[in-house]
Amino acid sequence: MTLFKAIRTRISQGTQYIPDLRQARPKGFRGLPLIDATPCETECHSCADLCPTQAIGLNPVSIDLGRCVFCKECEESCPSGKIRFTSDPRMGAANRSDLVLKEGFGLPAIRPSETLSKIFGRSLKMRQVSAGGCNACELELNASANVNFDLQRYGIEWVASPRHADALVLTGPLTRNMREAIRIAWDSMPEPRFLVAVGACAISGGLYEAAAGVDRDFLKSVGPSIYVPGCPPHPLTFANAILDFLMPGRK
Amino acid sequence: MSGSVLVHATDLGSLATLDARAWREEIANRLQDGMRAITFFGRTSGPTAILTCVLADSQYRLLILRTEIDPRQGYHELTTEFPSLQAFEREMHEQLGLHIAGHPWLKPIRYEGGAQGSMSAYPFYKIDGKEVHEVAVGPIHAGVIEPGSFRFMCEGEKVHHLEIQLGYQHRGVEKKLLQGDARRLGPLIETIAGDSSVAHAWAYCASIEALAGADLEAGADVFRAIALELERVAMHLSGMAGLSTDLGFLQGASTYGRLRTIAINSMMQLCGSRFGRSAVRPGGAGTRMSLAMTTELSGNVGLLQRDLAIINDRFASSMTVQHRLRGIGILSRNDAVQLGLVGMVARASGVRMDARQMTHQGIYKYVPPGSPILEEGDCRARAHIRIEEMKASLTWLKEVLARHPELLPKQASLGALPPNRLTVSIVEGWRGEVVHCLETGNAGELIHYKIQDPSLRNWFGLAIAVRGNEISDFPICNKSFDLSYCGNDL
Repeated sequence: MTLFKAIRTRISQGTQYIPDLRQARPKGFRGLPLIDATPCETECHSCADLCPTQAIGLNPVSIDLGRCVFCKECEESCPSGKIRFTSDPRMGAANRSDLVLKEGFGLPAIRPSETLSKIFGRSLKMRQVSAGGCNACELELNASANVNFDLQRYGIEWVASPRHADALVLTGPLTRNMREAIRIAWDSMPEPRFLVAVGACAISGGLYEAAAGVDRDFLKSVGPSIYVPGCPPHPLTFANAILDFLMPGRK
Repeated sequence: MSGSVLVHATDLGSLATLDARAWREEIANRLQDGMRAITFFGRTSGPTAILTCVLADSQYRLLILRTEIDPRQGYHELTTEFPSLQAFEREMHEQLGLHIAGHPWLKPIRYEGGAQGSMSAYPFYKIDGKEVHEVAVGPIHAGVIEPGSFRFMCEGEKVHHLEIQLGYQHRGVEKKLLQGDARRLGPLIETIAGDSSVAHAWAYCASIEALAGADLEAGADVFRAIALELERVAMHLSGMAGLSTDLGFLQGASTYGRLRTIAINSMMQLCGSRFGRSAVRPGGAGTRMSLAMTTELSGNVGLLQRDLAIINDRFASSMTVQHRLRGIGILSRNDAVQLGLVGMVARASGVRMDARQMTHQGIYKYVPPGSPILEEGDCRARAHIRIEEMKASLTWLKEVLARHPELLPKQASLGALPPNRLTVSIVEGWRGEVVHCLETGNAGELIHYKIQDPSLRNWFGLAIAVRGNEISDFPICNKSFDLSYCGNDL
């Protein structure tokens, strides 16, 4: 009886993996914004005034995706329709400055790291540490290993100990109470190793910049090699950033 | 009015500030009479501390008791007589430096302020004996989850006592909420506990709307409830997938995980975010559900109902799964009541409480959601209550979507916030009641924002439930409670 139920469940499960993660566009997702190059009709600055994380620069308009929480206040308040969010999840960057989106341009493609992709291009073990993450980034990172996104197919896996890890994946704004634990985790990792900052909080402090419980000193000594923007980032944003950086040739 | 949510706004001019002794006596009497504390908090005001206790009867009729005292003098603790107040009194001691005489355990809730960074110096309880050993876990766990520290005092394999140490996630949300325009806190509110974005956002909006005199359209209320039930279904699916992983039941892990994708992608179609970010804003801003969206959502609900029945049947008939869960981590009804536990954990221990069933208006009044109760209080009950709640929410969604094929409410206008008001709003999120209390000052500015995630109270329930079990039972006990770290740490 149980066997039949197992088979029935298996049939209901079907085949769920997304064949090409690079081409996938999640329907309805609020992803990469685009800023129109035509001048503003008014000088209202409402986009910058309403932005909860001061992600928007003016004259010309720019959006720092390392700060953006994708709340769409700017898009909705703009009388000129200058800012428009698309469903494109591909927003990662290997340089912090690449995350600043300019008028009329998309994001530059991630330049693969020659040294790191030689080492980790076929196998990457990651240790995730949340330091004030609200569980949204954490759930999406977990989802990157589910039956839909299935990052394991590339040899990319989460591991339980930093001693087994090649990359430390940080979420949250970095809290004072986690400072010691983050340092211990990083120091436990064998070289070569690198750091990934996931979500607006980890990249810039986001909504918690200068909050009473936040201490970002760790990032002064260790800089991220990859930035994955979002609040939270879609699993496809994370997957594409890692793949572009380390496994550019692999399907 | 703010639709389906319980919200209570009080003019502080009409709220008596009691003398500390009378205040304490009144709280004790009311608790003795069967009321329970919904929240209990304080703020400093110059040299004094203003303490507010919000009590509710079984019908969620609220009673607010307030006093103003010298924090150095404080008052005599109530926790020994009423253990359900333990977290509140510890929190007030930590946040205000309030002297609470005789309190048995003033351990910090989250190590905020000057105590930050001192967590590793904390002396955990110790037990001496030849057979006794300690196991330390955390703050970083062996999975992609939030940090927290657990210290087990074991006799052999048996857990004699578990001490939970939280605070690693403390960011300083409450202080941050007092900066900026009170009507524009949505994005920050949604990160209090990211897996309960909708519940917290709704509690916030209900209070703001009550203060600003916004007349929310019925369609916005329906939309919020749809988002809240989708969040419930999605997180129960996530929890069932996680529990299945911890049980070594891989078919459950992959199938519940796959179904969660359908639920959160449905949410994404409503608002652009898989976590309901920006779905709920004061006045109902941005609320829109077209006929095409409803049709698609309704189709997804049908799909979830169909496939969930298959995996639920598999889960319930798997001998190894059921055997592993049954009789593990029992939390008695009496303990649940005494400790003031809330939400699905309380309902799995036979306690009947659900804020959604107590509303006098809005969609939850007209289409009451089912609120299942199980009596056993073990891990199996906490798993099966989630299965039952998912079924109830999907049935509810199906009916509501059929009744409301299109939702295009107009944004309600928000006036300035009036001075000297106190609001309490209660939303039944997937974990349990989310409580927000807002207080405005003389100029209508926000002077206090108290957040209470259900996790604050329920963590202690986990510590009690684990006692007497094998240490290897802890992961499934923990997952069956599924509590928030950042919701506690704020």
